[in-house]
Amino acid sequence: MSKIKSVIEKYKNAKRDFLIPMLQEIQEAQGYVSKEAVKEIARALKISSAKVYGVATFYNQFRFEPLGKYHIMVCRGTACHVKGSSQSLNIACEVLKIKPGQTTKDGLFSLETVACMGACSLAPVISINGEFYGEMTAEKLKKLISEIREKEKKNEGK
Amino acid sequence: MKVYVNGKEVEAKAGETILSVLKSQSVDVPTLCHMEGKIPSGACRICVVEIEGQANLVPSCSYPITEGMRIKTNSPRVINARKTIIELLLSSHPDDCLYCDKQDSCELLFLARKYGVNEKRFVKTVRNLKPDFSSPSIIRDPNKCILCGKCVRVCEEVQGIGCIDFIRRGFRSQVGCAFDSSINVTSCVNCGQCVNICPTGALMENNNIMMVKKAIESGKYVVAQHAPAVSVSLGEEFGFPAGKDVDGLMVSALKEMGFKAVFDTSFAADLTIMEEASELVERIKSGKKDMPMFTSCCPGWVKYVETFCQDFIPNLSTCKSPHQMLGSIIKSYYAKKNKIDPKDIVVVSIMPCTAKKFEIRRENMEDVDYSLTTRELARMISVYGVDFKNLKPQKADIPFGERSGAGKIFGSSGGVCEAALRTAYWLVTGKDLKKLDFESVRGMEGVKKTEVDINGIKIKVGVVSGLGNIKNILESPDFKNEFDFIEVMACPGGCINGGGQPFVKNKKTLAERMKALYEIDKSENIRTSHSNSAVKFLYEDFLGKPLGEKSHHLLHTSYLKRSVADK
Repeated sequence: MSKIKSVIEKYKNAKRDFLIPMLQEIQEAQGYVSKEAVKEIARALKISSAKVYGVATFYNQFRFEPLGKYHIMVCRGTACHVKGSSQSLNIACEVLKIKPGQTTKDGLFSLETVACMGACSLAPVISINGEFYGEMTAEKLKKLISEIREKEKKNEGK
Repeated sequence: MKVYVNGKEVEAKAGETILSVLKSQSVDVPTLCHMEGKIPSGACRICVVEIEGQANLVPSCSYPITEGMRIKTNSPRVINARKTIIELLLSSHPDDCLYCDKQDSCELLFLARKYGVNEKRFVKTVRNLKPDFSSPSIIRDPNKCILCGKCVRVCEEVQGIGCIDFIRRGFRSQVGCAFDSSINVTSCVNCGQCVNICPTGALMENNNIMMVKKAIESGKYVVAQHAPAVSVSLGEEFGFPAGKDVDGLMVSALKEMGFKAVFDTSFAADLTIMEEASELVERIKSGKKDMPMFTSCCPGWVKYVETFCQDFIPNLSTCKSPHQMLGSIIKSYYAKKNKIDPKDIVVVSIMPCTAKKFEIRRENMEDVDYSLTTRELARMISVYGVDFKNLKPQKADIPFGERSGAGKIFGSSGGVCEAALRTAYWLVTGKDLKKLDFESVRGMEGVKKTEVDINGIKIKVGVVSGLGNIKNILESPDFKNEFDFIEVMACPGGCINGGGQPFVKNKKTLAERMKALYEIDKSENIRTSHSNSAVKFLYEDFLGKPLGEKSHHLLHTSYLKRSVADK
């Protein structure tokens, strides 16, 4: 909450043209754009929440749910697409039961698609918390996810 | 300057758009996203025209006219482009016209017919978006939406609310609420201006005809009451000119369909005035507490105050809206007099309004069971096979059939204020005003003002319609000194332009409806609420006096601070 306040404070007296920078800073501070933040920005800029939400949903960069403990980015760039990245994405959605931009209910995983990670030689590529995994297949991804789940379960037991 | 339209020389002014020149020449150009008097958005491109010497077609709504321009509005290239635009719009449209409520007045359907769309040239991609049935007033089906943006703009620019906007982008864009929430939990005030402006079936009122039919069928004592603005617009749905008063035919039609009694809500408007004018006088006498006083007849406005400016809740008159007052009186006084169990009475209000559908669900307002719009009534009449035009006119039933001219003008912006002033003057002085007409508060303007001197007390009055206008006033720092009494109606022009009225093609229709109300008032023998003998009798026989204990219990209400998902 105080994070939102400090961004709002910084843009005191700002007009609506500062909407996008405000959203970006909120996302940086919170990891996502919360409902509360949308309403606060709307109040500060004297525009409706629907407008703020409309602008925020227009851009892929904004997410509306907190990041999971493990943030999976699936590359959907041209090279990765040709090499079958849609299969990795589909399997991730299926296993995690979420869509890109969402976070699993237990808060463990979040999923995002990106246009290109600049690692085309490893295509199709995904990253989990910034670590790259190349030549991804559906099977490999399934295994990766279940390994993380196992690890977390063990940690929980301790 | 001179320009040429389809080869004909035409005068034009610098700064005009091509579309406004064409319209002034009565040249037909289709539009979908154009809003008169607003900055063009150029979203739909259906208004394209060809300009000689120009490589591309241009959208006439947003293209400025220049000297010597040669415009073609119906060249094969133009016609073909328009047809393609419609075909592309239809390629992601559900094509379920046969099941669509908007069929009779769908602009998209009319254009498809006009431009001869008779095959599916493009691959169909249906969007499968979720319709929103959450609101008691408005149903939204984003699948039928063509993203013209008029609902978004009317909500934001005219009404000052903005509870809907474009969300997401590209093929996934749709009109929706903040956080994709359903509209019933948002700041929507249910005014229905979005429904009126929507060119397709994406926005419609929540249709309650079936429930009313079932109530009639069930053998219960079903009574109808009709609002002042309904009788001057209903006729349009049956081929009468705008502003034709079909009061008598409407009463007959309602009787024909099985309503046991038909009452005139204008009677209750007179009752409202007795209470509201008394309240105004008392507030002024008691040292100007919670001033200026706001009218409370309009449920869209009431919800607006409860949502957006909660500090002013005490300024709202505590009077229920007229049809709610009548509902309460029917289920108490009328039921007792006629020895009917109130539980067996079903009150149906015929209103020009979508927000009334929300209002009847409010706490302390459960005496009206159903609220139908003017459009729904027209449909119901045709479903019942009533030959509307050839009915024998009847009068509304007693004891709530008599009305004054003051009660009738409630349907127009300025009417409530005018009626209240006529009676407030009488309450203080015991005499009637020499001149009953307040011309300065009549007409379609969004903000009107007048001043009345009552025994040396100056009452400064404001009349506002279109919620965007009241927003500006409430934000101005010293409006409290500027006004003692403000009438607010959510819809521009008042109930004659309500969200439940027959769809309007041009502004003249609204002016005709408004004029009709004032003409009825003028022709009426009784023109003040306090001289309505039925109202007088009701006070003598049952209520006692205005603001008395019974009135307080039956005719007044309270308001709440609303929290909504998007504020």
